[in-house]
Amino acid sequence: MSVHFPQKKLPYLLLLPQLVITFIFFLWPAEQAIEQAFYQEDAFGLSREFVGLDNFIDIFQDPQYYTSIGVTLIFSFSVAFLGMALALWLAVMADRVIRGKLAYQTLLIWPYAVAPALAGVLWWILFDPSMGPVALWLETVGVEWNHFLNGDQAMILVVISATWKQISYNFLFFLAGLQAVPRSLIEAAAIDGASPAKRFWDIVFPLLSPTTFFLLVVNLVYAFFDTFGVIDATTQGGPGVSTATMVYKVFNDGFIGLDLGSSAAQSVVLMGLVGIMTVVQFRYIERKVEY
Amino acid sequence: MIENRPWLTAISHLSLLLGIAMVALPVWVALVASTHPTEAFGSGEIPLWFGDQAIQNWGAVLFAKAGNGIDVPVWSMMLNSLVMALGITIGKIAISILSAYAIVFFRFPFRGTAFWVIFITLMLPVEVRIVPTYEVVANLDMLNSYSGLVLPLIASATATFLFRQCFMTVPGELVEAARIDGAGPIRFFFDILMPLSRTNIAALFVIMFIYGWNQYLWPLIVTTDDAYYTLVMSIKRMLSVEQGDVEWNQVMVTTLLAMLPPVLVVVGMQKLFVKGLVDAEK
Repeated sequence: MSVHFPQKKLPYLLLLPQLVITFIFFLWPAEQAIEQAFYQEDAFGLSREFVGLDNFIDIFQDPQYYTSIGVTLIFSFSVAFLGMALALWLAVMADRVIRGKLAYQTLLIWPYAVAPALAGVLWWILFDPSMGPVALWLETVGVEWNHFLNGDQAMILVVISATWKQISYNFLFFLAGLQAVPRSLIEAAAIDGASPAKRFWDIVFPLLSPTTFFLLVVNLVYAFFDTFGVIDATTQGGPGVSTATMVYKVFNDGFIGLDLGSSAAQSVVLMGLVGIMTVVQFRYIERKVEY
Repeated sequence: MIENRPWLTAISHLSLLLGIAMVALPVWVALVASTHPTEAFGSGEIPLWFGDQAIQNWGAVLFAKAGNGIDVPVWSMMLNSLVMALGITIGKIAISILSAYAIVFFRFPFRGTAFWVIFITLMLPVEVRIVPTYEVVANLDMLNSYSGLVLPLIASATATFLFRQCFMTVPGELVEAARIDGAGPIRFFFDILMPLSRTNIAALFVIMFIYGWNQYLWPLIVTTDDAYYTLVMSIKRMLSVEQGDVEWNQVMVTTLLAMLPPVLVVVGMQKLFVKGLVDAEK
């Protein structure tokens, strides 16, 4: 913009509300987390002493922390992969049909609006070991389902719940991506005798790569940070620590375990992680992965 | 359609119908479960067809009390959710539109700094700064209050960026013309800029409303008083009663009622929703 208003004080006034909120509720807590990460506090909050990098050394020597990193990675990549694969399949199908496209879209996108915690509860009841229809059906085919005792099954349950909610988002972006693929390219390939499957893998899928990459980043961020509700409402990180992701551990160590120093150090690690993801998102999506 | 392949078209429709069925399955079971008396769940299997307790269950949960240890009815928690969701939505839009206006239409010292301070909030989702934010809010004496529920969530870099993007497309001639005609910055903002950004505001409103309504972790830790419970987080409290004593029919009614408003918003304002989703992620 080359033309501006000449007022000198007004812009500060306009920025004031956002900056005040940002300082009080974002920067101050962040600063406190960073400070706390270098202190050891007793459980009653009465005294604390400076311990330098001890909290960081502790978490990186704690095998449980590596478990939670592993859990986070398995969980996030499963959600991202499953959600994107199913959504891509549905989007390709929806792109083909002529009749009822809007109706299909409406009926597929509404789970976006369901809170993660509620998604967790809805799937919990389906898989409840004593009364859930899916769990009982699994029993008849020989699978003993109990996600309260079996860590792998607990993981499957939270992955399904988190994926269910995310398919709608991926579906919309894939559909938009598919509609942007030039028809002439596909027609040319069809005239040359390429089958629908070949056209998809050789032309459409490569052209979708910017969308795919963008969705990968968004899905990982979603699985990292927005799925707290799914885990807290269904498994609470359990059984044991088999579904305790890094974000869940920050909450659990801070509020339940009252180990504030360790929780703060974990917060700082997570802040670094979000920072990297944000930069990746901006860097690469601004530039676009394009052919 | 490039060529006519009836089999492939049939498969497409079939896949989509299957997808829809899978997506709807849990809601179907929840709906059925919400119509049975509590005893039905002790017998070892959720009934697969509707019971006859629909009116009693839904009526009790909505107007008497939500059950499972929560003494307030769902409608009062719904009101809290609505206050929180609207507070977050309107707050976010208001402060973002003002700061985007300042950043795009004025030149002043520390403009870049202000922009970066706002950008940093992107890197601090509430889940990451949860413990210290709780302490700050406790120090400010805002636990169990609407301001405590709303304020810590309303700074939004995304909304600021979106409005910045949209304001930057406003031609400079428009500003010049307004200035020649004697319109000051305030008049320009209300009479020219606001009408121009109407659809953007509406689209963002839809997305932010869903975001606000679905908040879970934050209300869970700042409210300990039934009177401030929001609907989504109340599910957690309902499920924390002793295992086996969970009254599933009431939990399911509450779950369905908690997801109803945002789902209606998405279905009813689908165009705005899709636009908001695409804009917000740019």
